Amino acid sequence: MSRKPFIRPVQTTSWWLNQGRYIRYMIREATCILIGAYSAVLIVGLIRLGEGKIAYEAYLAAVQSPMGMMFHIVALAFALYHTTSWFNVTPKAMPLTFADKRVPGGLIIGAHYAGWIVISGIALFLVGA
Amino acid sequence: MTAASEIKPDEIKTRIIEIEILRYNPETDDEPAFQTYQVPCREDWVVLDAVNYIKDELDRTLSYRWSCHMAVCGSCGMMVNGEPTLSCHSFLRDHPDKLRIEPLANFPIERDLVVVMDDFIDKLKSVKPYIVPREKRSVDDGTHKQMPAELARFKQYTLCINCTLCYAACPQYMLNESFVGPAALALAHRYNLDTRDVGASAREDVVASNPGVWECSFVGACSDVCPHDVDPASAIQQAKIAGVLDYFKSFLMPKGEAKK
Repeated sequence: MSRKPFIRPVQTTSWWLNQGRYIRYMIREATCILIGAYSAVLIVGLIRLGEGKIAYEAYLAAVQSPMGMMFHIVALAFALYHTTSWFNVTPKAMPLTFADKRVPGGLIIGAHYAGWIVISGIALFLVGA
Repeated sequence: MTAASEIKPDEIKTRIIEIEILRYNPETDDEPAFQTYQVPCREDWVVLDAVNYIKDELDRTLSYRWSCHMAVCGSCGMMVNGEPTLSCHSFLRDHPDKLRIEPLANFPIERDLVVVMDDFIDKLKSVKPYIVPREKRSVDDGTHKQMPAELARFKQYTLCINCTLCYAACPQYMLNESFVGPAALALAHRYNLDTRDVGASAREDVVASNPGVWECSFVGACSDVCPHDVDPASAIQQAKIAGVLDYFKSFLMPKGEAKK
């Protein structure tokens, strides 16, 4: 008997549309684009600040325009998705043991959220909110 | 107490399920095609029972692998409605009245639901999935000693049954055949974590390489479909961290203190 294995064609571009988990993964990976764009806007702000008051006020006006606001809302949504999706997988990458027992995954994830809140609080305090 | 013999088979509810199976006969077919069967299924059946019914009662030409019927042997993996599934480990009552069964994705089809697993076996061999001892020991030397806490570090990774559902779920393996893949990397990690083993540096070339852990982008699908909660994705991420630490330690301690 001769063998003739059949190799199924691979959907090289649309494979990720086949399953919910692949779509969620692609969104998680895509969030970095918005985070990169937000960082670029922030760096431009720093450059404008260095150029003087007029340049910085023009930058602030641009950021507060409807387009600027829209961009920040979308960037915030993507940053939240990015953060939560990565926080939720931390127990896999960083399993901890304490007194010979595995620390429950929920505790590791919770510690990340607690750290996030504390650091956000410090940042808000520093900017005088 | 009710004896099992007092329950007649027809007292258990049955429902007709339409099952489409991807058939492929290498001797006559150029490509696979679906064939549909109407299967009267009992409420307590798993998917494998329905496939066995087809083989026994409807179409004895159907080929598929199975052995233990209790999620131990790892032979009966199939795509059930697009999801890599151990067919003995999946109740029909949890599925709709229409099932589409295909051979495990990402593997060549040998015949019907039987896939060619050679690539996985080669990759499994390449990570030396056995204890590499510090020195040769004889039976007279007695047993290796290991503390419960040392065992707990890798216990979950020993539960792998080589069913390859994780390979069928992994888009990285689908797109790049050279990827060593979830189960083999999880087993490499299992032996690297074992206190009796000193094979980490012998596995390093395969594990800490681009087709090794660095091909993984942490989709996490392997861990979702694993029937024994081995969680290969966690093993791969931990191996990445260990690989990076070893890399930097080799600068700090060039005389090889970092490696076992």
